Amino acid sequence: MLEIRNLVVDIDDKRILNGLNLTVNKGEVAAIMGPNGSGKSTLSYVISGKEDYTVVDGEILLDGENILELDPAERAALGVFLAFQYPLEIPGVGTMTFLKAVMNAQRKARGEAELTTPDLMRRVREAAEELSINQEMLKRPLNFGFSGGEKKRMEILQMALLEPKLCILDETDSGLDIDALKIVADGVNALRSPDRSFLVITHYQRLLDYIVPDTVHVMANGRIVRTGGKELALELEANGYADYRQQAAE
Amino acid sequence: MAAVQETVDRVKAIDVDQYKYGFETVLETEKAPKGLSEDTVRYISAKKNEPEWMTQWRLDAFRRWQTMVEPTWARVDYPKIDYQDAYYYSEPKNFSGPDSLDDVDPEILKTYEKLGIPLREQELLAGVKTSKVAVDAVFDSVSVATTFKEELKKVGVIFCPISEAIREHPELVKKYLGSVVPASDNFFATLNSAVFTDGSFVYIPEGVRCPMELSTYFRINERNTGQFERTLIIADKGSYVSYLEGCTAPQRDEHQLHAAVVELVALEDAEIKYSTVQNWFPGDAEGKGGIYNFVTKRGDCRGDRSKISWTQVETGSAITWKYPSCILRGNGSNGEFYSIAISNGRQQVDSGTKMIHLGKNTTSRIISKGIAAGKSDNTYRGQVSAHRKASNARNFTNCDSLLIGDQCGAHTVPYIESKNASAVFEHEATTSKISDDQMFYCMQRGLSDEEAVALIVNGFVKDVLQHLPMEFAVEAQKLISISLEGSVG
Amino acid sequence: MGADVKPLRTAAEAALIARFQAAANSLPGDSATGRRRTEAFDRFEKTGLPTRRIEEFHYTDLRALLRDAPEPAARPDAAVAATVLAHNAAFPAPLAIPSLDFVNGYLVSQPPAIAGVDIVALDAALAAGDALTGRIGALELAQDNPMLALNTAFMAEGAIVRVSKEAGDAGLQLRFANAADAPFSSAPRVLVIVDDGASLDLIETHAGASGLAYQVNAVVEIIAGDGARVNHTRINAEGDAAQAVSTLSVSLGADVRFSSFGLTTGPAMSRHQIFLGCAGEGADITIGGATMLRGRQFADTTLTLDHAVPNCNSRELFKTVLDDESTGVFQGKIIVRQHAQKTDGRMMSAALLLAENATMNNKPELEIFADDVQCAHGATCGQLDDDLLFYLMARGLPRKQAEALMVEAFLGEPLEFVAREDVRDNLVALVEGWLAARG
Repeated sequence: MLEIRNLVVDIDDKRILNGLNLTVNKGEVAAIMGPNGSGKSTLSYVISGKEDYTVVDGEILLDGENILELDPAERAALGVFLAFQYPLEIPGVGTMTFLKAVMNAQRKARGEAELTTPDLMRRVREAAEELSINQEMLKRPLNFGFSGGEKKRMEILQMALLEPKLCILDETDSGLDIDALKIVADGVNALRSPDRSFLVITHYQRLLDYIVPDTVHVMANGRIVRTGGKELALELEANGYADYRQQAAE
Repeated sequence: MAAVQETVDRVKAIDVDQYKYGFETVLETEKAPKGLSEDTVRYISAKKNEPEWMTQWRLDAFRRWQTMVEPTWARVDYPKIDYQDAYYYSEPKNFSGPDSLDDVDPEILKTYEKLGIPLREQELLAGVKTSKVAVDAVFDSVSVATTFKEELKKVGVIFCPISEAIREHPELVKKYLGSVVPASDNFFATLNSAVFTDGSFVYIPEGVRCPMELSTYFRINERNTGQFERTLIIADKGSYVSYLEGCTAPQRDEHQLHAAVVELVALEDAEIKYSTVQNWFPGDAEGKGGIYNFVTKRGDCRGDRSKISWTQVETGSAITWKYPSCILRGNGSNGEFYSIAISNGRQQVDSGTKMIHLGKNTTSRIISKGIAAGKSDNTYRGQVSAHRKASNARNFTNCDSLLIGDQCGAHTVPYIESKNASAVFEHEATTSKISDDQMFYCMQRGLSDEEAVALIVNGFVKDVLQHLPMEFAVEAQKLISISLEGSVG
Repeated sequence: MGADVKPLRTAAEAALIARFQAAANSLPGDSATGRRRTEAFDRFEKTGLPTRRIEEFHYTDLRALLRDAPEPAARPDAAVAATVLAHNAAFPAPLAIPSLDFVNGYLVSQPPAIAGVDIVALDAALAAGDALTGRIGALELAQDNPMLALNTAFMAEGAIVRVSKEAGDAGLQLRFANAADAPFSSAPRVLVIVDDGASLDLIETHAGASGLAYQVNAVVEIIAGDGARVNHTRINAEGDAAQAVSTLSVSLGADVRFSSFGLTTGPAMSRHQIFLGCAGEGADITIGGATMLRGRQFADTTLTLDHAVPNCNSRELFKTVLDDESTGVFQGKIIVRQHAQKTDGRMMSAALLLAENATMNNKPELEIFADDVQCAHGATCGQLDDDLLFYLMARGLPRKQAEALMVEAFLGEPLEFVAREDVRDNLVALVEGWLAARG
């Protein structure tokens, strides 16, 4: 599904990713853990195509195709979905208007027929119910005046509706209390399938109690420095990241 | 409303003339003949022992000035000035130059003592103040003393009267004088270029952080005399200087003209911080007398990453016409303008700034606080512009006005011009009064109405005050209270 | 600036002076109207076409922009008028509201019959000495404006509309359409009087043929009596080579609810000036604007709002979107006079620059003489937010579509000022059409 080879990325001449290699198989849930500043969020932005980063070297392959030359919309149409750490507020754009625009844009890019409004409404309503998103929220401008938990649920709602191949969750647990975290995790778990891969980026092990990963990668100083099973997360929780910082520096 | 109204009424009853610097020093002076002609220009140039190129520069400016028309776009109103009915040069008799304080007329020394300006270095050292301030004292048309010159020389800093710089450092003066404010810039600047008498010259060499605050203290004393000072500050690569300027004048019935030019040049990575506390005689409550303050101040951020910051506290002058500006030429350069302008009685203030973004990644910030009381008019006039090449220019402007009483006016006239899509400009302005709730709250806590107004006004201007050097900030705070105490609220 | 320097007359000014001298005696109205024309023309002649030296025209040098002053077009016959109107509609979906139609500046329709609304042709009213003509030029604040004065000097074509309380919630369209074989100029004038307690939706649309360099100097005056309600919407979709100067002059009585929204998108050059004076307490004022420009278009919106009496509220929101090498100007001045205590005035102008070579000039002004007021203005300019653009693209929207969505959201706020849904739908369609044409 996703294969990253020797990825080197700078921002403003500062090196953030430094020869990163990573493979995520079809249907796999991979967690990336690491200390602050290790480059986790950068990785999520570079996979989804944010402009501010300079890719100096390496490749990102999605189903064997290098996506580095594609703009964010083209990557999204191929099935890359990023659940933002800080979802953006869009004053003046109604949530339904937004959902209709993005769902149809992706369908159009894939050569599929556009959804009719009733069909779209039905899909949104069903998915919203699953995530305890009420109709009132759908009537407001996107993310405008939403609480932290509401914004994260709205991200998962979009994930459910857009049916991506690769879901990247960037610190999805940040700013969530335990109840909100459960709702979000249930939403994600419901979307797990043999055809869909997840890259779950988190600083804390807590999220992984609810979204149980198949693989855990440890990231430090712009590289994957260790890979293991889900037990690795517990080890990190107990011992912290100190060892890895040192290891990467050597 | 009741509380404020009461304050207004009560304060109206107080004797208006609270100007504390209105005394006159009686001196014998030598003056140029009254009026303005090429002869006047030559007289001044000769008095200053200037080289021929400087005399010519002045004459060129004078000829240009004769073809120019006084500007009328500012929101100020005054009777036509008769430029032939004033003296353009006045110096204390037997004045031979500021070589030693011992030669300075004791009356002048007394004047500065009275104004609280220390001219004797030892007095200053013996004082309780911990930080040193070097002073250039300009009395009418001449610099009477410059302190700490020797100590500054040790680190290569040149701090001297501009008349001396023209003689001693012609290469620097020729290179920079008029390079920021051209001799043809505007009516008042051109007049200044022709007849400027004294002012300060500062050069900070590459990489030097000026070891003390530099300051100039301007005093107009003589009757019917205009003061035309000229200041030129050059901060070479990577250097830093903080410069302060203060002004006062005796209380007189007739208006006097003050038309200064200040030029700042900041080269690569240099920083200049320029602070002014302007307290020229504002005229009495009915608008009799007071200084016409027509000033051109401009800084050129010529080098990359250079920075110029203007801070001004304007409480004096009958008319203020003043727009300290920054030309942000160097990439990544930064300009700031922090202003408190208080008008009272019949004062008219038209002041603000220009931030001209020419280079890439240039940033600027404008914080202006205007307070209008009495029958005064207080205008903020500002321009922010981004030229085609000024990618990623940023400006934030905040100008707030406070009105005290219903006889005054507060006006905001910003020009915001962007020719670059990546430039981001944000401007906000508000006008309001001191709320009854705020007044009541303060008074309920035991403040008198006057104290409450002073407290609230000081809170209103706090964002600007904190940009003044410490000693000045304290002075300025007092000055603000006095200015308002003086006439209304 | 010297007193004895007489400015040289441009070709346009010389033509206007000659035209006035030739026409002065044949223009409709009695001797009082004649004096009024002469006074107005004198005022115009004193300054000529305004230059940057007049502060209100700081960014718009009409002397340089209006190089000539083409002759007025001939009065179109009924068939021509019908064709021009049919081909030059500002709105994609016609409104079911009675209309007064103008072609090339001439009133070409019979006034519609609306209960409680009296409409007379301006030239007839002037010729007959109708008392209502005395209310033309009621707003002192505007009268010094040279372009308004020029219109006053030549006024003939237009209408006087009077809405009485009996009309209920009346609606009226003023449709201006322009098309001819050669460039021409027009100067229509409409006076709308809304009586005490009366209510009116006034929709003013301007459209014209593309590629035709015609000039318009249109004036609409609104006088709203105590307790009246007026919703005014104005669309400037003139032809792409047109130069359109327009003045909206509004006098409000006590407790009036007034809103005006203007969309500018069509002409090569436009200058829309709004003068609004509050004569009675308790007025509630909302003024909005949306301007969309591309190519080398130039559009200036200049607003002067005079709070002369206490207890009025005003909200102004203007949005400008600039593509290619276009230039936008917004000047807004809020005046609060000494006795206008408790005024609450808030004005905002925001501009979005979509292309590197676009230019925006903002001049929001406050002129305040009363102390017990709350006034504020804000101005911003910048480009589309990068992070938001990325967010939308990461959801799969192609760049142009993501930009369009953001622009639409940006313009949406002032569009909300338009209460009528049929009008708002048309405005949204115009915005969408403009965005679609970006490609």
